[in-house]
Amino acid sequence: MFFKSKPLILAGLVLGAVVTQTAVPAYAENVLRYTNVGDAPTLDPHALNSLVTLMADVQMYDALVMRNPDMIKVPGLATSWKNIDPNVWEFKLREGVSFHNGNPFNADDVVFSIKRAQAETSQMKGYVNTIKEVKKIDDHTVQLITEKPNPILLDQLVNIFMMDEEWSKEHGVETPQNFSGKQETYAVRHENGTGAFKLESRDPDVKTVLVRNENWWGNNTYKHNIDKVVWTPIANDATRVAALLSGEVDLVTDPPLQDLNRILSNDKLKVEKTSQIRTIFFGFDVKSDELRNSSVKGKNPFKDVRVREAFYSAIDINAIKRAVMRGMSIPAGMIIEPPINGYKAEWDKNRLPYDPEKAKVLLAEAGYPEGFSVQLDCPNNRYQNDEAICQAAVGMLAKVGIDVRLNAQPKTQFFPLITGKGTDFFLLGWGIPTMDSGFIFDYLLHSDGSWNASGYGTPELDAKIEAIRGIVDVDQRNKMIEEIWIQVQKDMPYLPLHHQVIFWAMSKKLDIPIEPNDMPRFYWATMN
Amino acid sequence: MRKEQTLTWWGRFVDHDVTYSFLHSPVTVIASIVTVLMIIAAFCAPVLTSYTPFVPGSLNLLDAFMPPAWEPGGVSEHFLGTDGQGRDILAAIMYGTQVSLTVGLLSVLLSIAIGIPLGIIAGYNGGWVDTAIMRIADIQLTIPPILIALMIDGVTRTSLSSEVHELVAIPVLIVSIGLASWPQYARITRSGAMVERRKDYIAAAQLIQTPTALILLRHIFPNVVGPTLIVATIGVAVAIIIEATLSFLGVGVPPTTPSLGTLIRIGNNFLFSGEWWITLFPAFTLVVLVLSVNLIGDWLRDTFNPKLR
Amino acid sequence: MVNFILNRILQSAIVMFVVALISFFLFNFVGDPISNMVGQETTVHDMNALRERLGLNDSVIVQFGRFILDALNGNFGISYRLQRPVDELISERMPATLELVFVSAVIAMVLGVAGGLFTGLKRDHWLSKIILTSSLVGVSLPTFIIGILLIYIFAVKFNWLPSFGRGEVVDLKGGWSTGLLTVSGWKAIILPSITLALYQTTLILRIIRSEMLEVMRTDFIKFARARGLKSRDINYGHALKNTLIPVITVAGLQIGSLIAFSIITETVFQWPGMGSLFIQAVQFADVPVMSAYLVLVAFFFVIINLIVDLLYFVVDPRLRSEIKN
Repeated sequence: MFFKSKPLILAGLVLGAVVTQTAVPAYAENVLRYTNVGDAPTLDPHALNSLVTLMADVQMYDALVMRNPDMIKVPGLATSWKNIDPNVWEFKLREGVSFHNGNPFNADDVVFSIKRAQAETSQMKGYVNTIKEVKKIDDHTVQLITEKPNPILLDQLVNIFMMDEEWSKEHGVETPQNFSGKQETYAVRHENGTGAFKLESRDPDVKTVLVRNENWWGNNTYKHNIDKVVWTPIANDATRVAALLSGEVDLVTDPPLQDLNRILSNDKLKVEKTSQIRTIFFGFDVKSDELRNSSVKGKNPFKDVRVREAFYSAIDINAIKRAVMRGMSIPAGMIIEPPINGYKAEWDKNRLPYDPEKAKVLLAEAGYPEGFSVQLDCPNNRYQNDEAICQAAVGMLAKVGIDVRLNAQPKTQFFPLITGKGTDFFLLGWGIPTMDSGFIFDYLLHSDGSWNASGYGTPELDAKIEAIRGIVDVDQRNKMIEEIWIQVQKDMPYLPLHHQVIFWAMSKKLDIPIEPNDMPRFYWATMN
Repeated sequence: MRKEQTLTWWGRFVDHDVTYSFLHSPVTVIASIVTVLMIIAAFCAPVLTSYTPFVPGSLNLLDAFMPPAWEPGGVSEHFLGTDGQGRDILAAIMYGTQVSLTVGLLSVLLSIAIGIPLGIIAGYNGGWVDTAIMRIADIQLTIPPILIALMIDGVTRTSLSSEVHELVAIPVLIVSIGLASWPQYARITRSGAMVERRKDYIAAAQLIQTPTALILLRHIFPNVVGPTLIVATIGVAVAIIIEATLSFLGVGVPPTTPSLGTLIRIGNNFLFSGEWWITLFPAFTLVVLVLSVNLIGDWLRDTFNPKLR
Repeated sequence: MVNFILNRILQSAIVMFVVALISFFLFNFVGDPISNMVGQETTVHDMNALRERLGLNDSVIVQFGRFILDALNGNFGISYRLQRPVDELISERMPATLELVFVSAVIAMVLGVAGGLFTGLKRDHWLSKIILTSSLVGVSLPTFIIGILLIYIFAVKFNWLPSFGRGEVVDLKGGWSTGLLTVSGWKAIILPSITLALYQTTLILRIIRSEMLEVMRTDFIKFARARGLKSRDINYGHALKNTLIPVITVAGLQIGSLIAFSIITETVFQWPGMGSLFIQAVQFADVPVMSAYLVLVAFFFVIINLIVDLLYFVVDPRLRSEIKN
């Protein structure tokens, strides 16, 4: 009977069809095939302040000030700058630069771009809100006038990309996307920058193709040999690693920690690493009068610094590093990391030692000899192995009598707890784009900080934090930053865990410098 | 097309030489033994193992990632090795099987308890009753079970304190998954009932004024329940797998009390990294469990199906 | 008959409305889209302003009313994540999902019917037992693990097939992009469609087998045999035809659930369809995409159910005569 062997015939057909080796096409040109976990939602340089959008845009757009692989500020579209008055910065613009559509780049575009970044619908306005006025002096000179001296203006400008005024007007994108408008704006999927690569095609979430800009002003400075970049995001961790192992992609910037050994055992692949500008820590609600989910009623145990210190002493960070982070983390004693201004190695390297006995004593002194119960809110898809870190902490705290209920949830549900200040005890990570302590003070340590779910802050500390925003004298400012940190290190509103380490796994054919912002710049790459 | 016989379930059960049939199906005997052993291992776990994988305080991170006893570096105390939190895999499988079996069986029971009666009523009565029930089923089917569970989980998470929420996490899962899959059973029994009610024996029963409830229970039910049993046996597996998928999305059972599915999901992260025992042992257990349950289901169906005798 | 169809279409509209309503209430629990739409530097004031612009401060009822009104005008809003019109996004992604579902359904039908017939007719054959048992192994593991294992074997170990994506696609007229016209497209669809078809194959196989077992023992088959009809005619002409009602029911249901199940398959294989769009929308709390997706899936279910009910009349003459009266 014919159907007797039908399944076999079918299986044979399927196999027969697939037993042809997927040949790697021989490219005449150097094509860099890149993958990461997710695509940039928009290419509009001012519509979304997220790492992946900045990463996409930095390939196609340039800023006035840029960074080199060592994170040093170097000339970008501005060739030089000087402070002609504490409130006035003058920038000389690069000449002979043109946008991808051929339009020349000049001072009008700078004025336009900074104003665009300041628009109501812009998300980059935090970087330019100190700029009072942008003045065109001549075609290749502009002045930025700030309300008061701004010591970190140059660091902020690194993130402000320059757009073409004519192109923006032609396509009706003078302001960033406004979500109440029901139409897509042109800048979401199109670009017209001055940068190293031009956009060839864009299929969000699926495939984005960039091609080399032969006319880029930086081609002599950054001698990359990449002709084309094919960017295909892969959301699932295991699939992303599989694509690298099978040779379908050349670069993965976010491989899972546990797969690094597997990647290294492949002789066609290598892994680059560097410490990331992001520290992971626990936070305590030190403000509320009673915790939301705890066995302790009528008072808040976290208000007692001895309880916070007990928690600190109960965490065996080296065990977390070994088992959870696979040795790929840097235990922390501070919640900032080098090269942030304000970092001090002597504090960072001297965590409170792991000492569960001391933790029990401290808890007893604070009036909790039997411990107590508390809820730990934890994201499960945000940081490296975030949920596993929390699970490990639950076990460690249980050994000193603290009964922790773990509430691990996706970031869409977790972050509202932080910004809505509705959590007793939480895991958070923080990075600093401006490379200065002032940033973390404003968000996490000022009483009004929008991400300060701990509620920490005193009037004196708030006053100091506000003061450093306007001090230009470097020594005086750094002294105040140090004073603030001395206080914070003593009060322990946050329990530092570790600095994250970033890894890029790539083909040995590829050379690309890794840097702590976790943003590959393809114009730094070479392939052979 | 004459109906061969219209005995009741109970009548058939007594009538049939069940023992004979059972003993002459070695596959079923083996499957039953395996299933019983797994149920015993799952629900007697506290007696059988000294490890308490669901008590975080008893775990030691220094024991993490130990390979099985026969591999280099393995120790006999952790026969199947440990996971990334230092949990003994064998003990975790026993406790996890308990969670999975509970979720799988109870949620299928719930969907059957809702689906079959509604399906029979819809198919037998027809008309607006049928329309109403089937449109509700359509609505239910349209929303993926994952989303229903997300919603129920979200509602309970926001409306209950976390303490209570932890207690009800598993019942919530059972209800979510059970609610999500009743329409399958309803649709299958309905199509059976639609065909069945046109048969002569039903007309005969109606003629002698048998109460409708009795007709449904004694005549329609035994004749339409067969195909649902097939779906139900696979349904147990599906429920366990949906539960694993939910934990994939972060709303399954809490990771501190992992089910078999959650263990596989966690182990999934270590598939490429060389720690194969974290996934493979729970996965193997799940395959064996589902296979055994299904083989027993097959035998039950073949044995009790009136049309096959 | 026309009345019957009209009636069902009306009911279908109600179904879709209720789905939209329920899904809307459900989104309150998926999370807050705002925290995904802004960077960490955004002030609370700006976040509230954005929330106001999006209309998220209105009550759910008002938001729902607005959604229905817009939807009736063919406007499903703009994705919070990708900042593009939702109808455009979904129609771009739909071909990928429908092609995947189609290929999977064909695989499941062919293997399921063939396997079901064989195991039903040759109940005690050793091959039947192997087919039945091995078909269960495939449904005993979560889809994501099966997908990863297939990727590991066929992409990483042997390098035969791609681990992700859809291969080269060809744009056809009418905005349909197909991967079924290129070699790389066919290679890319093999692993995901097998993964997706496993469960349905097992189900169809087992239903057909059990129906065949039952039908082969009914009197009319016995009569047919007694009359000396060829066994091929009996098997396919009479027996198979009589197994069709439950098969159609289940197959109909399963095409619908293929679409729902494709969510996980698409995520594992980075298949650029509606399922992966939806799962990313859930993770982002991208409400407009989620609503539109669910209403669309509801539409598919409703259509499939309608076809299933109509097919009953085709295969079962008794039902046909009843509706005429």
